[in-house]
Amino acid sequence: MAKKITQKVKTPMPLVDPDVRRHSFGEVATGYSVELARQEASRCIECKNMPCVAGCPVEIDIPTFVRQVASGDFDGAFQTLSAKNLLPAVCGRVCPQEDQCEKLCTLGVRFEPVAIGRLERFVADYASACHLPVTCLSPTSHVTGTGRKVAIVGSGPAGLTAAADLAKLGHSVTIFEALHKPGGVLMYGIPEFRLPKTIVESEIDKLTGLGVDIKTNHVIGRMFTIDELFNELGFDALFIGTGAGLPHFPSIPGVNLIGVYSANEYLTRSNLMKAYRFPEHDTPIVRGKNVAVIGGGNTAMDSVRTALRLGAEHAYLIYRRSRDEMPARAEEVEHAEEEGVEIVLLAAPTELLGNEKSRVRAMRCVRMALGEPDASGRRSPVPIAGSEFELEVDTVVFAVGQGANPLIRSTTPDLPVTKWGYIVADPATGATQKPGVFAGGDIVTGGATVISAMGAGRRAARAIDAYLHRLPARGHVAADVFIST
Amino acid sequence: MPRILAKETLAPDVVRFWIDAPAIARKRRPGQFVIIRTDETGERIPLTIADADPAHGAISLIVQAVGKSTHKLNRLEPGDTILDVAGPLGQPTRIEPGMRVCCIGGGIGTAVVYPIAKGVRAAGGSVAGIIGARTRDLIILEREMSAVADPCLVTTDDGSYGRKGLVTEALRMLLGEGYGFDEVVAVGPLPMMQAVCSVTRPLGLKTIVSLNPIMVDGTGMCGGCRVTIGGEQKFVCVDGPEFDGHQVDFAEVAARLRAYREDEAAAMDRYRAEIASA
Ligand SMILES: Cc1cc2nc3c(=O)[nH]c(=O)nc-3n(C[C@H](O)[C@H](O)[C@H](O)COP(=O)(O)OP(=O)(O)OC[C@H]3O[C@@H](n4cnc5c(N)ncnc54)[C@H](O)[C@@H]3O)c2cc1C
Ligand code: SF4
Ligand code: FES
Repeated sequence: MAKKITQKVKTPMPLVDPDVRRHSFGEVATGYSVELARQEASRCIECKNMPCVAGCPVEIDIPTFVRQVASGDFDGAFQTLSAKNLLPAVCGRVCPQEDQCEKLCTLGVRFEPVAIGRLERFVADYASACHLPVTCLSPTSHVTGTGRKVAIVGSGPAGLTAAADLAKLGHSVTIFEALHKPGGVLMYGIPEFRLPKTIVESEIDKLTGLGVDIKTNHVIGRMFTIDELFNELGFDALFIGTGAGLPHFPSIPGVNLIGVYSANEYLTRSNLMKAYRFPEHDTPIVRGKNVAVIGGGNTAMDSVRTALRLGAEHAYLIYRRSRDEMPARAEEVEHAEEEGVEIVLLAAPTELLGNEKSRVRAMRCVRMALGEPDASGRRSPVPIAGSEFELEVDTVVFAVGQGANPLIRSTTPDLPVTKWGYIVADPATGATQKPGVFAGGDIVTGGATVISAMGAGRRAARAIDAYLHRLPARGHVAADVFIST
Repeated sequence: MPRILAKETLAPDVVRFWIDAPAIARKRRPGQFVIIRTDETGERIPLTIADADPAHGAISLIVQAVGKSTHKLNRLEPGDTILDVAGPLGQPTRIEPGMRVCCIGGGIGTAVVYPIAKGVRAAGGSVAGIIGARTRDLIILEREMSAVADPCLVTTDDGSYGRKGLVTEALRMLLGEGYGFDEVVAVGPLPMMQAVCSVTRPLGLKTIVSLNPIMVDGTGMCGGCRVTIGGEQKFVCVDGPEFDGHQVDFAEVAARLRAYREDEAAAMDRYRAEIASA
């Protein structure tokens, strides 16, 4: 190792004071300054084997961009990042780097790893503040239009990535999005205080710059079926990235009381519909005084922190296992606690109680003990008899996982799905068993991460490109190719 | 952006729009709805597609101004655009060829029942229509319904027009006269649909109702539109909007519709004040 290590821990991320931010939808982490970024980047020891790269699902050339930051070449760093990552400002904020690149960082063996995520965010924000053009995003000059049309269903990270890659390869790309704004979970799920929506919008604008046509308010399965996209609209190939948006509710009494939400609804009202700005925005939301959020993942954290910002006096997070099993990022749990979220571990609701107006007024819970490890390897919780307790609440949000949306499945009988309704696709290519149809992201894997959805979109784009090149020239065997059943 | 092609007042606060939406016009089937948003700060609200003219690429929506969003919508004029129109959503009505149906519409519910009646007729079936309202002014689509339903009875609670009384009385009368129906379709205020169900339940006469819970996305993603049908949870936007009326937990539907009552009233007051000062 060439370099001497002078700073053993990550350069801290500047944060808004917890007492201020718990009342504000403004972004919690304010980002590195130029000085802090260069300081952190220079911690990289430029080790030979660069294990970090293998930890990145989209194969960013991490050592190069970190070195560019250290030397103050931010434009260069941005081009390095953008060569592999369409959404660096998003990923730098929401990727679980601690499980990916940073987990493998050599420095991390003895000290804290290089804060790769924070550097990624710095570079992306710097670029957008200076309006740096994304040179690598303009279609390479030798690529001319291939005349092939690809439809992308869903505009979450999987669909956006597939769209960009295919457009760069010269195909004509149309995205169909059911909602009125593109972005998927980035837009409707993850809150403003963690991922400002203007950032998502400006990242998506890059796509329109590439010539990708984004059609919002297009619910595929209803407005057009998959077969109609081929047969009537003349698409040559299709990528499905519709996410895992079907909320689950537990089978306990009272889940339909007023004030009881799925996390999807709670967050969609607040983020996409801007209910936190009611009445300037028309969509209302119950602003509970005592809010209980059930779950232990990122969605639960986002919901409970949203509850605080909507004015909750008590925001409880109820999780049925212990802290070690919580799937949420450690950093988010820490931020939530600093803001005043009350975490109740090893407990689960058994019943919701309503008042005479059918509004939820209390939640009955039972304490849990950890038993044997279950299929996921986590120790499964077992209720402790006689340990019931009641919590006074006026809002309850369930963030207990989600399933596959049935809209496409039910209108595409020849598209095989798993018994949970997820689309069966080859992990290496996204190819489904229906010719010309590829899929990736949460609709294949179930709820996962932004970056894994992006990786799936990228792999599928590669496979779609190969598929399109294998297609006979248009006009010859069209019937065979287009009528894919 | 979908443009408003025509606008017509059908009753006080009730407007019919024709909107340029060719893909939806071609695709939609009776029973389906759209979700619209009038402007950047607007809510997403579901509205039944009351009719469609595929040749001209237009759909019609019938809107009763009840809250801020519907008031805003009803102030729009031909030539104006609606920011977002997504659809067609929901399951189409199950229409069997040649079926005999009694279509009952209460108030604005007639706008929902009419396309179904028209669809039944188009499939070679027969329709008896009953349309009811509190008073004469609130009866809508009588001409349209009469064109597809025979007989087409009108009832008003106050007797100002048609028969005095409730739609259930007209239904009992038709049944008493020996009309045989394979199915009753009833759409209107919850108490009306419930009352129709209590007439048909003892007779074992299948009754379809259309539910209009509060929705957000309309694609099955949020679960806000959930209802209990025969003890099972269903999402109205993807599983409905039509359900077997004998299985619906009406009390729960009614309670959930009241979730934002105070907020809605406050928004409406604020909006009125804005309009007044403008
Ligand atoms: C609240 C929350 C917080 C999260 N936090 C993190 C985090 O911090 N870090 C992280 O890495 N991951 C996080 N995740 C997970 C991550 O967001 C998802 O794994 C990722 O967004 C999946 O991407 P996707 O492209 O598969 O689908 P999605 O982002 O779900 O996008 C799917 C899109 O398809 C559209 N669509 C669906 N059906 C149709 C149809 N029939 N026709 C047209 N369009 C359709 C939807 O409207 C949606 O816009 C979080 C998830 C949630 C819900
Ligand atoms: S693993 Fe860590 S130290 Fe090695 S190149 Fe990557 S960031 Fe630098
Ligand atoms: S409106 Fe959201 S699931 Fe039906």
